[in-house]
Amino acid sequence: MTGLDVDAHVNTSSTYVHIPFCSAVFPYCDFAVVAGADHLADRYANAVVAEIGMSEPLSPLEAIFFGGGTPSHVDPSLLAKILKALSDRHGIAGDAEISLEANPEDFTDVRAVEIQAIGFNRVSFGAQSFDGLVLSALGRRHTGAEIGSSVEAARSSGFASISLDLIFGTPEETEESWARSIGLAIEAEPDHISCYSLTVEPGTPLARWVREGAAAPDPDVQADRYEFADSRLSDAGYPRYEVTNWARPGHECRYNLTVWAQGEFEAYGNGAHRYRHGARSRNVRRLDAYLDRVEVGERPIAGSDLIAGWEHEIDRLFVGLRRSAGVRRGPGVDAFLRSSHGMRLLEADVVEMSDDRLTVIRPLLTDEVHRAVLGLADPGD
Amino acid sequence: MHGLPVCNVTHQTRIRNFSIIAHIDHGKSTLADRLLERTGTVSERDMREQLLDSMDLERERGITIKAQTVRIEHRSTDGETYVLNLIDTPGHVDFSYEVSRSLAACEGALLLTDAAQGVQAQTLANAYMAVDAGLEVIPAINKIDLPAADPDKAASEIVSILGGSPDEIIRISAKTGQGVDELLDRLVKDVPAPKGDPDGPLRALVFDSYFDAYRGVVCYIRVVDGQINTGQKLRFMATSETHEAAEIGVMTPKAEPIQTLGSGEVGYLITGVKEIDRIKVGDTVTTAASPAVHPLPGYQEPKPMVFSGLFPTDGDDFENLREALEKLRLNDASLVFEPETSRALGSGFRCGFLGLLHMEIIRERLEREYDLDLVATAPSVAYRVTMPDGTEFLIKSPQDLPDSASRESVSEPYVRAMIITPVEFVGPIMELVTKRRGVVGSMNYLTTERVELDYELPLAEVVFDFFDQLKSRTKGYASLDYEPADYRESDLVKVDILLNGEPVDAFSSIVHRDKAQDYGKSMTSRLRALIPRQLFDVPIQAAIGGRIISRETVKAKRKDVIAKCYGGDVSRKKKLLQRQKEGKKRMKMVGSVEVPQEAFVAALKLDED
Ligand SMILES: Nc1nc2c(ncn2[C@@H]2O[C@H](COP(=O)(O)OP(=O)(O)OP(=O)(O)O)[C@@H](O)[C@H]2O)c(=O)[nH]1
Ligand SMILES: [Mg+2]
Repeated sequence: MTGLDVDAHVNTSSTYVHIPFCSAVFPYCDFAVVAGADHLADRYANAVVAEIGMSEPLSPLEAIFFGGGTPSHVDPSLLAKILKALSDRHGIAGDAEISLEANPEDFTDVRAVEIQAIGFNRVSFGAQSFDGLVLSALGRRHTGAEIGSSVEAARSSGFASISLDLIFGTPEETEESWARSIGLAIEAEPDHISCYSLTVEPGTPLARWVREGAAAPDPDVQADRYEFADSRLSDAGYPRYEVTNWARPGHECRYNLTVWAQGEFEAYGNGAHRYRHGARSRNVRRLDAYLDRVEVGERPIAGSDLIAGWEHEIDRLFVGLRRSAGVRRGPGVDAFLRSSHGMRLLEADVVEMSDDRLTVIRPLLTDEVHRAVLGLADPGD
Repeated sequence: MHGLPVCNVTHQTRIRNFSIIAHIDHGKSTLADRLLERTGTVSERDMREQLLDSMDLERERGITIKAQTVRIEHRSTDGETYVLNLIDTPGHVDFSYEVSRSLAACEGALLLTDAAQGVQAQTLANAYMAVDAGLEVIPAINKIDLPAADPDKAASEIVSILGGSPDEIIRISAKTGQGVDELLDRLVKDVPAPKGDPDGPLRALVFDSYFDAYRGVVCYIRVVDGQINTGQKLRFMATSETHEAAEIGVMTPKAEPIQTLGSGEVGYLITGVKEIDRIKVGDTVTTAASPAVHPLPGYQEPKPMVFSGLFPTDGDDFENLREALEKLRLNDASLVFEPETSRALGSGFRCGFLGLLHMEIIRERLEREYDLDLVATAPSVAYRVTMPDGTEFLIKSPQDLPDSASRESVSEPYVRAMIITPVEFVGPIMELVTKRRGVVGSMNYLTTERVELDYELPLAEVVFDFFDQLKSRTKGYASLDYEPADYRESDLVKVDILLNGEPVDAFSSIVHRDKAQDYGKSMTSRLRALIPRQLFDVPIQAAIGGRIISRETVKAKRKDVIAKCYGGDVSRKKKLLQRQKEGKKRMKMVGSVEVPQEAFVAALKLDED
């Protein structure tokens, strides 16, 4: 994809919907999720509908993303109810990308048809791995074989775009098991693949285990796994378009592209983040607090940062540099090229300037680039 | 002068001057609390624990850094009221200079011993110091309330060093106050009254001073002969300066002005002098009108034992650092400093300290009270270099060592160290001392179970981690005291450290030739652990005069990304990275390598096998 295409998503009308319910909370997960609270799902869907009603209308939505949690874990009628509310509030464009995250074990043939019928046309499976040992260590309930059949189910029920999420760098993984997972993922012929490294997020059970002496993921091993995946996937026709995302051309996740293009987007549900009216704001994380707030007719916002002036330019680089296409030249890029930190990164071939775009050519060092970006001083000061 | 109490000066027979001395933590300041309390000097409302430890750092660390003097009045069982001037002293070896100064203002020393720990190295060192100064030593056993207290054993240890009879040793608890009244009477009885000449020409010893931003230099004085009056013209005999006694007074413990201090009394003197260098601690004050002929014996200047470079992380802070050091020096004559330039660290100061605790405290004060962000280099002792033409000079920084071809010899400072330990640890201690190039001296039994060991060791081997090593080999039971001895010639070499092929002056160190190889190895491996991975491989080498003796590499980092960033949670990610970036501010760029501040003192923490 060219830079021009990705930058155009700054105008895509997008929204995110958070569904916090899960069958179980995984030990590395630090998202706003709950397990064993399914009885709250009805109430929650109503609250989301109410929250949608409180938001200001956007132009008809071109990208909708249901994330979680596990949206496939709740009754499809609840998802339908939320989609209807979105449509009532904002309208939904005819060719909109309507995406949900799903557990492979939830995606039976029947369920696939049901969800497709509601209006979803993209599904992203939390496949994680095709290796039984890795899956059970992650507390996952599906098997490698189930991933294949759920992809099949999605395909035959008419989903236009199918994605697999994989995770690497878990302690049980070996070089061979990771190679096998990548191979099997490619064989399943999805349209899109995301690969995340296991990270130790503060406050998760994994963080506690590491504190108590468990082996932390080794960054060099993770780098090997990432580089292996990157080359296998691009050889198989999935070029990387963002640090952790690979897709067949035309199957890039439109909602993600909006976020990285610094486009504004709406978001609903507990712990959801949005960027609207020039501010990045977030909802309260706790489910009960979210319900309480919305049910009394209040917007459940927990905090907000205005992104204006120089901050806006820094923010553009911050999000945009995650993309393989990088960012087009502008005052922020000029400041970066003049800064000592920026110059060191150029010299070490971590970033590159070409065709008037700044790109990160060693995506595994993106945080280092981000720190340099955050340190850029406003030349107007 | 109006409004000052014009009372008759206290007659010397009713004055007792004493210092409280002990090993660290044996309860000196707590006892001072009880004495202030029992004598009604401080009201219950104003009382707090270790009241005389008034500096923030003293309170945080629970130790005394600076000696404090206070005047109390005690009505004795003989019906008379006595003036007691007590000086609470620090126990830590770095501040033994404070003890020696305090002793010169007293006739007696109250020697405390922790009933559970018994006699420790500073108990002994301070007791000897008091005896050498000709003071009456009054031993007391403290902390008898502790379940682990063994006062009989402590008493027999004291008897073995001071003589006398165990029954005469008073037993107290500074915590509960038990025995404190009896102790007060004992002090009145046993501390000799001052014996100066009340009618002779004034002679008062300046035994301490501090700087007050409003009032200038405040001197603590002990009047030996004659008397000193407010408004009098005074002569400082060593500096030959003449000043007026703008205010004199006593510490109760707050400064209380009075008209006159008579012979034998202790108090403070303000002359209005603002420049601390114009007043010398140890000087003798006399009157300008009828001056004394001979000054009192003064003090030796405190000698810094270790030197370290202090550099601001932000080069623009150099002048601020100078100002801050100058201010700290106002209240701490033992702090010395001179400008130093390092290729790696820029402009800073080479500072001299009494020891590592002193160094740590100064650095902490600079960072906290003056808001400076500093890089400190590994401390070094001062070496004496002799050149072929016979000239000699001291070097306080390894960088200044001339190469082996151009110098004749190098000598290093030695100390006399005293270790007190349960007898079962003698073996491991001998081993440690030998490893540290020590010369085994004598061994004296305090009791059948505990011994005093005397050694001579190079200061450089003692001053850094020796104490930690000693503690770990003796389960914490051994204690250490040391004092400077002489300089001795040694086979010393300079080990340089190269980062990315470039020598980094701030990492150079002087070590004994036999240890250079091991030192180089542990330094490079320690630095490899401390220096974070960079965008490129960073070789770390140790070298002696251009010959590489060890090498390690910090491999280039390959992964620095938290890939997960869902749902547009951009703010959280930004904040996280911002925090990481703040953390990196504490790094110093050396060439193109980011080096954390701890790396510069890595030499201090080289693990022993
Ligand atoms: N149980 C008990 N504890 C005591 C007694 N005297 C002091 N302590 C405790 O011992 C510790 C050290 O007391 P300090 O008075 O600070 O000792 P110090 O001798 O002034 O210490 P430095 O000034 O650092 O040398 C404190 O925790 C006191 O509470 C006592 O008689 N009994
Ligand atoms: Mg004390």
